[in-house]
Amino acid sequence: MTIAVPKLDRRDFLKSGAAGAVGLVIGFYLPGSRAVAELAPVAPGASALNAWIRIPSDESVTIVIDKSEMGQGIITSLSMLAAEELECDWKKIRWEFAPADKAYFNTIFGMQGTGGSMSIRASWKPMSQAGASAREMLIAAAAQKWGVDKTACRVENGAVINTVTKARASYGSLADAAAKLPVPADVPLKDPKTYKLVGKATKRLDTPIKTNGRAEFGLDVRRPGMLHAVVARCPVFGGKVASFDASKAKGMPGVKSVIQISTGVAVIADNTWNAMEGRRALDIKWDEGPNGSLTSAGIRKLFAERAEKPGAVARKDGDVPAAMGTADRKIDAVYEAPYQAHVTMEPMNCTADVGAGSCDVWVPTQFQTVNQNTAAKITGLKPEQVHIHTTYLGGGFGRRAEQDFVIEAVESSKAVGAPVQVTFSREDDVQHDMYRPASYCRFSAGLDAEGWPVAWNARIASPSIMTRFFGPGALKNGVDESSVEGVSDIAYAIPNLLVDYQLTEPGIPVGFWRSVGASQNGFFSESFVDEIAAASGKDPYQFRRKLLATAPRHLGVLELAAAKADWGKPLAAGRFRGIAVVKAFDTYVAEVVEISVAREGTVQVHRVVCAVDCGRVINPATVEAQMQGAIVYGLTAALKGGITIDRGRVQQSNFSDYDLWRMNEMPHVEVHIVPSEESPTGCGEPGVPPVAPAVCNAIFAATGKRIRSLPVRAEDLV
Amino acid sequence: MAVSFILNGKSQTVEVSPAMPLLWVLRDTLNLTGTKFGCGIAMCGACTVHINGEATRSCITPISAVAGKKVTTIEGLSTEHSHPVQRAWIEVDVPQCGYCQSGQIMAAAALLAKTPRPSDAEIDEGMSGNLCRCGTYLRIRQAIHEATKLRDGPGVKVFSKPTGRRNPVDEGAKVASNGLAMEITAGGVE
Repeated sequence: MTIAVPKLDRRDFLKSGAAGAVGLVIGFYLPGSRAVAELAPVAPGASALNAWIRIPSDESVTIVIDKSEMGQGIITSLSMLAAEELECDWKKIRWEFAPADKAYFNTIFGMQGTGGSMSIRASWKPMSQAGASAREMLIAAAAQKWGVDKTACRVENGAVINTVTKARASYGSLADAAAKLPVPADVPLKDPKTYKLVGKATKRLDTPIKTNGRAEFGLDVRRPGMLHAVVARCPVFGGKVASFDASKAKGMPGVKSVIQISTGVAVIADNTWNAMEGRRALDIKWDEGPNGSLTSAGIRKLFAERAEKPGAVARKDGDVPAAMGTADRKIDAVYEAPYQAHVTMEPMNCTADVGAGSCDVWVPTQFQTVNQNTAAKITGLKPEQVHIHTTYLGGGFGRRAEQDFVIEAVESSKAVGAPVQVTFSREDDVQHDMYRPASYCRFSAGLDAEGWPVAWNARIASPSIMTRFFGPGALKNGVDESSVEGVSDIAYAIPNLLVDYQLTEPGIPVGFWRSVGASQNGFFSESFVDEIAAASGKDPYQFRRKLLATAPRHLGVLELAAAKADWGKPLAAGRFRGIAVVKAFDTYVAEVVEISVAREGTVQVHRVVCAVDCGRVINPATVEAQMQGAIVYGLTAALKGGITIDRGRVQQSNFSDYDLWRMNEMPHVEVHIVPSEESPTGCGEPGVPPVAPAVCNAIFAATGKRIRSLPVRAEDLV
Repeated sequence: MAVSFILNGKSQTVEVSPAMPLLWVLRDTLNLTGTKFGCGIAMCGACTVHINGEATRSCITPISAVAGKKVTTIEGLSTEHSHPVQRAWIEVDVPQCGYCQSGQIMAAAALLAKTPRPSDAEIDEGMSGNLCRCGTYLRIRQAIHEATKLRDGPGVKVFSKPTGRRNPVDEGAKVASNGLAMEITAGGVE
């Protein structure tokens, strides 16, 4: 297959369609999608169609992938959905990444982008419909060709069969005629019981090109005349350039230009190495702004102060103060989580080529619509003059929803009049991230005489991702839902429940990080529940079971994980278990973690048993891989990571001091999927939240020490 | 400064600063982008290539240090994914985002060349320098075991053990496309 970054826009469709290179072009709008109404006027003759399926005459089928492939297997899952209904030959599936276009807006959040474990939730139906509709058009074309009724035709593996004459017409031979037919509305979808492909473990389509170096990531983009840039940014968040002396840098080998851009000073050279060396020769005076004395201790103090006072109400059930007043006893605890960096293996980057009437941007991105608007604003072009070429993403985890790398590449290319690739060094990547917010949670629980919780108050002090992204209007009644998810939506049957929120902005930029609020809030809730169970002398699994009696999907994963992990049965000497269950993005995950703690306090993780309910499964092999990966991501955050701040700067810089989980630390991992016919939901993120609390609950079982602040430190366990 | 070396079986001369790391020569001077930049300090393994058969971090290897040596990158490991490690990677469906996998595959191929049937502990030792943020470690481990089976399968003629008499670095042993050290013959097989 081709690995060139695909170009596919309406004009190309028309051109190639007219030339016969593209046979059937079909697309769909979702009922209720905003995209239909907002579509820009198109050239005469172009309908409001946009394509997910193209059938050239060579019998292949090209699926246009409008979600970013960052490892979550979305190319394969979307193709499976379309191919299932289309009844084509799976071996002949090809794919291209979609251009930025309103037609490809995410049906849940109304922009083109990938995140929030939404791809399957948003796209399973439109992709199925696109496949089904294309199939019906091919059938209609065959019926026309043979002069028979459509009911005399059936489809089989990429061909229409005449059930009377047994004649056979391949999809490729019918595609041109089919493309001229009207798009049928409301084609019924298959009964899932008849699925041949969806639900079966299917190998990823992109594996071969990811084993020979040919997959084109953002950093692999090469354009004629392309220059390489690195940017010196103020080490203090919110600071800016006061003045700089570029004379020495300009004299360095290969350095072509040194320019000030909105994020700092860009050194532009003939290759990445020379740009990096040139940057070392820069002399910059920074205006550090208001954050030059910020420290992690100061941030913690700020959170603690804010958490003294009631905040905006995120959830209120019953009457917590009254229930606390009559409770048999109370438990209070404070939990904390640090800032976390994304550290995708491919550092941030973007390549831009700003011309007179157009701008091309090659970027590993999760947010094409905003990329397009960002580049349009900088260049003064219209958004439709900006062409976004999505490459493979060397990891995303939310970081690639940001615009900083796009701004830097577009500003640099505009300034020097040549294609420019901006590369972040790993140090840039660690120290200039938009971090998972640090957070602080004050819990109080009131228990009845038998130890069951009758009142629960959680107060969260945390920065807001949504206001950084979208402004203060993103708050609902003063609450950023992404700051409280994982606490405000717990399913435990507690009659009096109050969750309130103190938006607290210390000055560190925050962003979406794999599983977002649930990544820290799942740790808070599931640790505190465990704490209550222990205080009541109850088994933490049975305690949860009882309180989740009316939450069947939580209960389903909890019971499956416990059963597979042999909960309640004796373990080898020195081994201990912990359990946790969290719903995130409508997917339910429970995990049982088995650990031991060495005398010097180091935690070894031996086994993780995961149970997941993501509704109807598209590709079980992907679900397994995503859970395995999320567990690794969660273990890093629980036992290793943590970004700390001193003098307004990030103290970590590279894998030397911000290490990730490694091969020699891998536990045995089992993933079990709950069979379900509920609507499909996503799997990229929900495996993360239960990891930290399950680990820490196991540590409590092992040592009697309750971990209330991450990451776990060996010195706390001695 | 002109530096000459053997790159994927062909002689190559580049005119660059002697301190320029091999990684950037490969990626930016020669447009061979399969070898990845991850950290620049040899902590992640994304840039792993073979130099005279040894897994080496190209991000900290100055180009001057490879003069006269044999460099193999992911592009030169095999044609059409025929190396057993690549076949195993496909069989087990290892990659997620895929960015670290060139380095993982090069590290695994070098590991198998030295240790034909590695235990889990030997895999840990050989592979723990290669980070994967997507967390594909379990499938990597499984694929390394799978690669030994594919390599030893019917029709593939290999030496079942490395040629212990020779020091591959000193004597320029080749890493064959099946991942095992082969008897040294004149000329390259890469």
